[in-house]
Formats: sequence, C-alpha cells, structure tokens
Amino acid sequence: MTEVTMSIWRGDSSGGSFFDYNLERVEGEVVLDVVHRIQATLAPDLACRWNCKAGKCGSCSAEIDGKPSLMCMTRMDTLPNDKITITPMKTFPIIRDLVTDVSFNYVMARQIPPFTPGDPEPDGTYRMQQVDIDRAQEFHKCIECFLCQDVCHVIRDHEVNKLYYAGPRFFVRLASLDMHPLDTVDRRELARQHLGLGFCNITKCCTEVCPEHIKITDNAIIPLKERVVDSSYDPIAWLGRKIRRKVKYTVDQVYALAPAQVAPTALDRLPATAIDDEGKS
Amino acid sequence: MDVNTEDILTQSFDVLVIGAGGAGLRAAIESRSRGLSTAVICKSLYGKAHTVMAEGGVAAALGNVYSEDNWKVHFRDTVRGGKMLNNWRMAQLHAQEAPDRVLELEAWGALFDRTDDGRILQRDFGGHRYARLAHVGDRTGLEMIRTLQNKATSVGIEVFMEHKILRILVDASGNACGALGYTRPSGQFVLFKAKAIVLATGGIGRSWKYTSNSWESTGDGHALAFSAGADMIDMECVQFHPTGMVWPLSVRGLLVTEGVRGDGGALLNSENQRFMFNYIPEMFRAETAETEEEADRWYEDHASARRTPDLLPRDEVARAINAEVKAGRGSPHGGVFLDIASRRTPEYIKRRLPSMYSQFLELAGVDITQEPMEVGPTCHYMMGGVRVDADTAATTVPGLFAAGEVAGGMHGANRLGGNSLSDLIVFGRRAGIGAADYAEGLAGTVDPEVSQATETAKEALAPFSRETGESPYRIHADLQECMQTLVGIIRTESELLQALDEISKLKERASKASVQGGREYNPAWNLATDLPSMLAVSEMVTRGALDRKESRGGHTRDDYPSPDPEFAKVNLVQRMQDGTHTVQPEPLPEMPEELKALFEDDHTGQAPKEDH
Repeated sequence: MTEVTMSIWRGDSSGGSFFDYNLERVEGEVVLDVVHRIQATLAPDLACRWNCKAGKCGSCSAEIDGKPSLMCMTRMDTLPNDKITITPMKTFPIIRDLVTDVSFNYVMARQIPPFTPGDPEPDGTYRMQQVDIDRAQEFHKCIECFLCQDVCHVIRDHEVNKLYYAGPRFFVRLASLDMHPLDTVDRRELARQHLGLGFCNITKCCTEVCPEHIKITDNAIIPLKERVVDSSYDPIAWLGRKIRRKVKYTVDQVYALAPAQVAPTALDRLPATAIDDEGKS
Repeated sequence: MDVNTEDILTQSFDVLVIGAGGAGLRAAIESRSRGLSTAVICKSLYGKAHTVMAEGGVAAALGNVYSEDNWKVHFRDTVRGGKMLNNWRMAQLHAQEAPDRVLELEAWGALFDRTDDGRILQRDFGGHRYARLAHVGDRTGLEMIRTLQNKATSVGIEVFMEHKILRILVDASGNACGALGYTRPSGQFVLFKAKAIVLATGGIGRSWKYTSNSWESTGDGHALAFSAGADMIDMECVQFHPTGMVWPLSVRGLLVTEGVRGDGGALLNSENQRFMFNYIPEMFRAETAETEEEADRWYEDHASARRTPDLLPRDEVARAINAEVKAGRGSPHGGVFLDIASRRTPEYIKRRLPSMYSQFLELAGVDITQEPMEVGPTCHYMMGGVRVDADTAATTVPGLFAAGEVAGGMHGANRLGGNSLSDLIVFGRRAGIGAADYAEGLAGTVDPEVSQATETAKEALAPFSRETGESPYRIHADLQECMQTLVGIIRTESELLQALDEISKLKERASKASVQGGREYNPAWNLATDLPSMLAVSEMVTRGALDRKESRGGHTRDDYPSPDPEFAKVNLVQRMQDGTHTVQPEPLPEMPEELKALFEDDHTGQAPKEDH
C-alpha cells in the first residue's frame, strides 16, 4: 500500500495554517473517506460539513488541490499527487477548518419572488409538455453546493460585490423560473437592477465546477442576459409586452400582493438600499 | 463544566418543527399559513435533509398512466406490502390524499416528468399494482425538497440551520412545551419554547455499518420522543433495501433506486439466472409472472401479463438476495447482479436514471449502460416509530406531534417504495394542522422547566471534562458493527441477546467518552451527542426484535421463520414506565368491514374498483 499526505487548512476566522496527515491509500476511496479516517484516528475535531456522501446534497464542498469540488465525489485515484491539499471555499467566511458560513446564499434566495402559477385547467390540474420543461428540469438538478458561487470571481475576489450580486446559483434559479411554463412573474428588472446579472462576464468558471454538469453559462445566464437586455432596450419587445395577453406581474406587484412576511425585510434587501433607481451604486 | 441559565439563549414560537425534510417543511408550511409563528430546526444546512436522497418517486393513485388505479388499490397494495401490520386509518388517509398533495407540489413549482398528453408521468415500482410513482428522473426527492424549501421561504418560516436538539422539555403536567439544543457553528445552547412541537427527524440508519442513510439519520426523534414518555410501536420493523451498492467498500450501502427495476432492470445471480422467480411467496403468486417472457411483456402491457418478480416488495427481494449470496451464487464483491445494460438502450438509461449512471461511473468506474451493477441489501428505513393518531399526528405526549419516518404505523412491517415521499407530504400537512390546532387552543404562554435545560446542557458538555476516555468515533464504529452483524436482515434469539448485552456495554463506554477541543463546530463532540440517540434506538430495535417471535415484513427471525397470525393482531409497544423500559403487545386498531372486504379477493389477483 502506498501512502498519501493530506495537507488540510485548519483554523478559524482569526487565521490558520496547513496541517499534514499521512495515511495509507485504500482502493476506491473518495476524498471525504480519507477526511473521515483522519477524524476517526488523527484529528477528531477536524471540522468538515457532509451529509449524504453520494453527491446529492451538496454539503461537502471544498477546494481540492485548488479546484472547487465535492469531497464525496472526488476519487482519490483521480488525484495524481502524493500530497493533496484541501482548503475551505474561499468566497465565504470561515467558521472552522473546512466549514464556511454560506448564509449569503440563503439571504440571496429570499430576494427572489416565489413561483406564481397562472390558472389551472378546468379539472384543477396543469398540463405541460415534456419538451417544454426539459430545460427548466436541467436547472432543477442544482444541489446547492455553492461551488459556482465559490468560483465566481465577481464575489470571490471582490467582497463588496456581495451587496450587488446574487451569483450563478441564483441566476440558474431565475432562469428556471423564467423558463417554467406556468410561472407568471417577470423578474427581469430584479435580475438587472438588484441581483447584478450584468456583472457576470461569462467566463464559464461556474459551468466547469458544477458537479451536476448544468450548463450554467450557456443555458441559464446567457439566455437570461438576452431577455433582460431585450426587456430594457428593445422597442419591439417593449411593444410586444404591451400587447401580450398573458399576465406578467412585476416584482413589486408580487410583493404588494404577498403577505407581509414574504416581502424581503430591510436586512434581507441589502442591494436595494445600496443602489439608486438607475441601478448604479 | 457548569452551565447556568444565562448561558442559554431563548427563542419562542407557536409551533416548533424539528427536522427540515419533506415532512418537517410540509408541516411548517401548514402551520405558518395559518398565521402561527413557526420555526424549523435543521440538523444540517437548509435543503440538505435526507429527503434529497430519495430517488424513484412519490406514490399517488393519480391514474394518469393506468386509469384503473384508485385509492383503494393503493391502500390494498400498501397494507399487503406491510404484511397487514399497518395502521389502517393512516394507510387509508395516505392513499386518499396523496394525489392532492402531489398536485399541490406541482402548483408550487415542482416539475415532474410528463406523459404524452402533458400530465404527470408515473413509473412502476415494487408492490404497486399500477405504474403509480410521480417522478423526476431518479432525483425526485431533490425536486420535492427544493419545492417545499422555496414554498416555506415564501410563507416566512424561521429556519435554524445546523442545530442539534438534545431533549424535549415538558411542563409540570407532562405537556411538551419546548426543546433544548445547540447550534453547531458556535456550540451555543438554545432553548426553544413552543406551544406545540412537531417531530420530523427521519430515520435511524447510522447505527448500521452499511446504510443508505445520510449523516443525520441517527434516530434523534425516536430517542427524544421515547425519553419524553411517548409510546413507540414496532421498532423491530427495519427495512433493508434490496439494492445498495456493494463496491467499492467506501460506498457500500449507497442506494441504487428501485426505479432501475421499475424501468426494466433484472436481478441475476452468478449463474446468470433470474433467481427472483424462485422466491415468489404465496401471498403474491396470483399476481406475479411465472416466466421471463411474461415478466418482460408486463413492462409494456399490464393487462395481459403479470408483474415481474424483480418488483416484489422490498422485504422479499432483500431476503432473496441474501439467500443467493449465502448459497454461493453471489457476485465477486458479495452481492448479486442488477442488469439493465442488456435490456434497455444507453439513451433510455441515461434519460431515466441519470443519477445512477453518474453515481456508478464516478464512484465505481462502472458504466451501467454497458455492464451490470453489483448490488446487495442496505439498511434503509424504519417502519416503526412514534405512535401517532392517524388524523392529527398527535403522539401520546400532549403537545408533541410526529410525521414522516419518525412516526410509526403507516407502513406496517414493510414499506413499499414511493410510499415514503407521499407519507411525508400527507402526514406532514396533517401534523402541521394538528400542531396549529393544538397551539391555537392553548391560552397564555408555555413554561418549560429550566432545570431540565441546564441539566441536559451539563450532560452534553461532560465529554469535554473527561481527560481520559474513548473517542466517540470508536464507540460508533463498534455499535455499527454490532447492529450489522447481530441485528441485521436475518435475526435469531441468541444473537439478539448478545446484541442487548453489547449495547449496554456500549452505553457504559459512551457515558465515559472523551472529547478534546472546543465547542465550535467540533464533529467529535457532535458525534458524542448523537450517540445516546443511536444507542437508544438500537436498544429499542433489538428488544422489539426479541419479542416479535415471528417473521413479518422487514423483521425476519431465523428461529421463527413464518408469520404468526397472533402477532399479526398486535403492535409491540415500547415505553418508559416509572423509569422502566417496557415492551408489550397491544391490539392493532380494528379495520372497518368495508376495508377488510378489499382483501377478500386476494386469491384472484383482481384489483378493487373504485365505486362512483
């Protein structure tokens, strides 16, 4: 049996450093297995987040040899080196060791007005063709591992942008709502003015790290950008909206209709308080 | 370490829901929609609960694929699958209400796969007479939890992520009125006061070595309810799912959805035989195919052919696989083969089973469109649990409700695939209503005894003050080994007695465990606080298994290999009575005559018709 050295960043918000752990390699293991063996034998208090160990829950996100990955889906035999580094996701504040505070994402999730369907068929149910939901189903595969958020340089390298930018995960969510055949809310102005869609300059880093292989940039962000641009600047699209029969609520209308607790709280709606009506800071 | 009341934060709500899987979120949505302040406690991050791992689908007699389907057929399938041990009223409500709950998910944004005429497509699953499972490829649980999560966010529930609950607090008259827990990031203790509490904590699989269950499934709710004085029923009924991965060892136990067989996959032994034809029990003979030709034809035509024995209920298939491996006809890594590669096209497999495809490719280096999978039984689901009132989900402790896997009765001695997701939404909603009604009926504020909270916090911190003592990881590993080898799929008296003995030694060791480091996100400490739940549940399972001297559903006794009609009439009830843990048989609720009549035509293999 050969040995492997796991070099793991350990520390908290005040700082930390790398600790090396030497172990034997075991056939078929993933990185998370090795982390668990370190916990059981060498460092019982080594903090890491995990749940399903099957690539379905998106809890064990970390950076393995610098690449944002799920520890449970990264096989040790795909990593060529005898020394492997594991660091916590860089974009989010450290809690301890490999565990970061990802609450930014849950605040952003609350900014997006909920799915609001139109009227059902006379029998009370809805009809949708498979071909019409294929694309939105791709977006529903998202396991919220937040690796796309981690890798996105808009917030990875510029902390201040977290006030103005929802990140790829939520562009995928906006796109999934936009392409949902039953939804009636128009969230394009929200995407443009408050969620920072324009900041994304389509470097496709998010697509590369997505463990669900969602084509985030090509299938979600670019179409969304096109529709937002149409909505803001294209006079024909503007006219089309005026004469279209299907009701589309604006975000503010949804909030006006919603019970008080649905509307974002002052705390939640950081971008709105920091940006003026033209969307400029 | 001393704890005084100033060290504990306090939060107050009308309804507190412990658990943020399908049942917990559905309960919270219901109670919040009534205008009550509602909090949900997640053991992990929001949206990561074990429900995300559900693959195959949610069972509901929508009748979209076979219009002959109706709630009575679903009810009958459920109770026959449960070997007649089900709470009839729960099974009835479940079958009647599941279609509405599924359609409700669609109205909240869920995108199920479609039929050609644009309705929700349904898939075949074990024990279900008709194609009945609404699904999204093989990631139905994810769709469900995300839909409920978004809905819950939009109605304004409070979410407490990464909190572990240690104890349900009761007032002087024995009513549940709060819970004590701690938050993992800081280790801070939190006292939640609530007028009503819903337990929705899920399963127990982490006490076994090979399990499909996630980190969270330590049986916290079972242990919390039991120590709060609630009745527990049929804790011996644990389901071993027939198809878990067996190799590599590091992923042994990981679930392989029954949807593989529902979509055409067949089980084979090392001699390339479809061995399930040799394991058809009398109860299901009339409705099961006799030849491979008939079984294969059934996938396309349920009218002229009978169902494949590969889709017998899970208990039957798990025992059959166990027997084949024991007889030396297993696969190289100790399972059997599950082949869909030679039976369906690669395109079909990738479209219907995308997660299975990538799971095997990425974790085992096996391309399931080209070669068979190796599979074997894995600890999957607790049918038993907290005794509840079917209509309101109320437990025997006033103010305490339970829904989902933590509640017992719905599934009898064996659960059918797809019935758990529907269970979550049907009884999650009912628990939300039950808890809201109860909370609205209470005047004034609730008043938990603070001494219970400080005492519990002190106990939880004790491992830090022991300089020498075992690591909790070691104790956990030994418990898993014990339960796997002694209280596994086939049980016998001598081994169960040995297990009881070992569990009591493990309890002793756990009470002396030691943890180093601080309280901030310390997994060793977190595990030390999970051990009491796992040990309590293990003991309940073992004691129930000892007393149920028969084989029924998920509970199989080598020394009592047949079902016993006397045991068919009773729940085994476990409770704490004056400080003593008792196990006693109590009669099942009596099924009304009109429902009994649904089982009288068993020998004909005919399904009941709905009367309009």
